[in-house]
Amino acid sequence: MAVPRRTFLKGGLSAAAGLWANLSFQSCSRGRSRDASGTEADAVPKRWAMAVDLEACTAAQGCRECIAACHQIHNVPDFGNDKDEIKWIWTAPTNKVFPENERLFPDEMAAASPVPVLCNHCDKPPCVKFCPTGATWKRDDGIVMVDFHRCIGCRYCMAGCPYGSRSFNWKDPRPRIARVNVEFPTRTKGVVEKCNFCEERIGQNLSPACVIACPENALAWGDLNNPASAVSRAISARTAIERQPELGTGPHVFYLI
Amino acid sequence: MVYDARKILPGLVLFVLVLAWPAIYTAALGTGRDRPVLEMVTAEKQCLESTDFMRRQHMTLLKNDWRETVVRKGARDYAAADGKVYPMSLTKTCLGCHPNKANFCDRCHNYVAVKPACWNCHIVPEEVR
Repeated sequence: MAVPRRTFLKGGLSAAAGLWANLSFQSCSRGRSRDASGTEADAVPKRWAMAVDLEACTAAQGCRECIAACHQIHNVPDFGNDKDEIKWIWTAPTNKVFPENERLFPDEMAAASPVPVLCNHCDKPPCVKFCPTGATWKRDDGIVMVDFHRCIGCRYCMAGCPYGSRSFNWKDPRPRIARVNVEFPTRTKGVVEKCNFCEERIGQNLSPACVIACPENALAWGDLNNPASAVSRAISARTAIERQPELGTGPHVFYLI
Repeated sequence: MVYDARKILPGLVLFVLVLAWPAIYTAALGTGRDRPVLEMVTAEKQCLESTDFMRRQHMTLLKNDWRETVVRKGARDYAAADGKVYPMSLTKTCLGCHPNKANFCDRCHNYVAVKPACWNCHIVPEEVR
């Protein structure tokens, strides 16, 4: 049976047009229904964020309560050397954290004073862009997550993160966890991990562990889209800076100066 | 007929015998019928779904449903077919009734020679305490 070329092309084009119209209608009608984290379809989506009060934090010299609490509940191992180190929240000298902000450290003392740093849960996370497997992604509420099931350990995300927020498991972490918390899984050799903004605690309406643990109440946390939340109030009351804003990543861990 | 049938036919028979040797061996010894016996330590009479479903589908449930829902969608409650709600957690829900991983999970997994990587990260409370 011979089909004339004209008829064949006509049929093919109209079929393609019909398919396209159908698909675009479906994607429109799906709309903005959200199934993540149990939020309602019409409510303003949450945007979790944190603000670190630098004055209150640096006043408590050498305090490591937030780090200890986080690393304990998340089964973060301690390898005792820089090469294998796994860190979710840690401290770095002020001049390394804010390299572009020289007025923050007028003298050597201020420049060397430690600042708590963690994953910034960026608005435009470069790590997510670089991940070839979709193992790391940004949730609707702003938390940048890692799915350890899908991580293949290529470490592209670590190369992409300008804040050094990610650590790689070179060795099996389990033998190096002093006291295992059975409520939270450990990680395995060959995956990348980082702060998850206590996603598992937020699901139970709890604040992140570091926020609770801080004896100086230096960490304000909450929903940035809610003007009454602690983090919104802290940011509007003081001058808040971000880490390396010129990179355009939109960090959501703010520092109050 | 086949060319060189006197060489090829015995060769074929030998080939099939070698190929089927593991099956013949276990059939002769009768060891193939030793199905793994699972140790139950819970007072519960019913798993969250029917026993038949759990036997066949537990990995589909855990990997395709629970893992995706908890990790990617952030929802943690599982509504079973009978309406009961369970937290989607391998350590808490599954091992809550079956804490004896060595005499429950491992017996079947060893029998069928599979090594699920679940336990590299997910904790067996009996092992860490």
